[in-house]
Amino acid sequence: MFIFEWLNNQLLRMEWLSNLIKLLVENGFGLSIQDRLGGSIHFYIYDVIKIFILLSVLIFTISYIQSFFPPERTRKILGRYNGISANILGALLGTVTPFCSCSSIPLFIGFTSAGLPIGVTFSFLISSPLVDLASVILLASIFNWKIAIAYVVVGIILAVIGGTIISKAKLEKYVEPFVFGNKILDVEQEELTTRERVEYARDQVLEIIKKVWLYILIGVGIGAAIHNWIPENIISAVLGQDKWYSVLLATLVGVPMYADIFGTLPIAEALVLKGVGIGTALSFMMAVTALSLPSMILLKKVVKTRLLAIFAGIVTLGILIIGYFFNAFGYLLM
Amino acid sequence: MIIKILGSGCKNCETLKANTEKTLKETGIEAEIIKVDDLKEVMAYGVMSTPALVIDEKVVSVGKVLKPKDIAKILENHK
Repeated sequence: MFIFEWLNNQLLRMEWLSNLIKLLVENGFGLSIQDRLGGSIHFYIYDVIKIFILLSVLIFTISYIQSFFPPERTRKILGRYNGISANILGALLGTVTPFCSCSSIPLFIGFTSAGLPIGVTFSFLISSPLVDLASVILLASIFNWKIAIAYVVVGIILAVIGGTIISKAKLEKYVEPFVFGNKILDVEQEELTTRERVEYARDQVLEIIKKVWLYILIGVGIGAAIHNWIPENIISAVLGQDKWYSVLLATLVGVPMYADIFGTLPIAEALVLKGVGIGTALSFMMAVTALSLPSMILLKKVVKTRLLAIFAGIVTLGILIIGYFFNAFGYLLM
Repeated sequence: MIIKILGSGCKNCETLKANTEKTLKETGIEAEIIKVDDLKEVMAYGVMSTPALVIDEKVVSVGKVLKPKDIAKILENHK
């Protein structure tokens, strides 16, 4: 138990790094980290380095695992199941399939053309940006393992329920007709060699870092500002645990925003340190990552407004419920 | 020979096109390269991950930014 705790603190929370940066700020810059300026500089440097290290290691590992699940294989696996087990499997595969919002449309069409129910595809589309392995490890690093696991469980439940509702409501008529009846490419992909997988994983790391570094710098910047410059009473007046509207506000602000989960985590971290409920912080994070204007605009190409609105509605409602749930029972996880 | 590059206008598709052009030049193989960006047209090939490489209407690679040496190998096999 002691060894596990030590590993957790040093490898995931990177206490060594925190201490190192503390030395740098106090001796190098001559600032105390108890002060505002020293504190924000410490938070900023420590969080940026920590996130980049974790991110690189995680993306590498996860991409290696993901190279075993290209969309073609996912589709084949999903085709063998029906009903709710297909939704559950869709949600689970969503967490390991390589995916970015720009590839959601080809996936949607590819799955639907193969005859998968749209509900299963939506389970996949909801869980894919929401729950991925990297975000889970980062949550464990910033908060703790219980919260990380609870996040995965509720994220998958949301994806399963959302997809099931869309299945039951028979909304196929709101999908653009050209989506159905495309050719299904069934060339057996040649197995990758280990070297190719390693190369793929390395390329993914570079590509994702290139894509998200700015979001991370901005996200940590906002986090540092919240951490040291915005008075606690202002934050608790707007987002405090006791305010019934805090979750609603965090969700509505987060929905149109587009950022990577790695950029939003430091903001959530700073909010929680300021006494904001864990449910409020999680709602904000989920809203930012699961729904965004760019992905909505893309989806609009293949589904009619009605279905898009139902999709956004279900996900928003789910995020609100999760937020209130965590605010009510989150103390059990801290 | 007609080589098509299917994509959604992303950067990877540009890279694949450049790599293909480079391969043609190096190997001296004559072919016409066409870039297909239209979603409906791309989907008609049944691919789910872009970029994809199509040689004479046959899909030979999906979701990979092939390096020139990989493309050369594919062209060799295609003959």
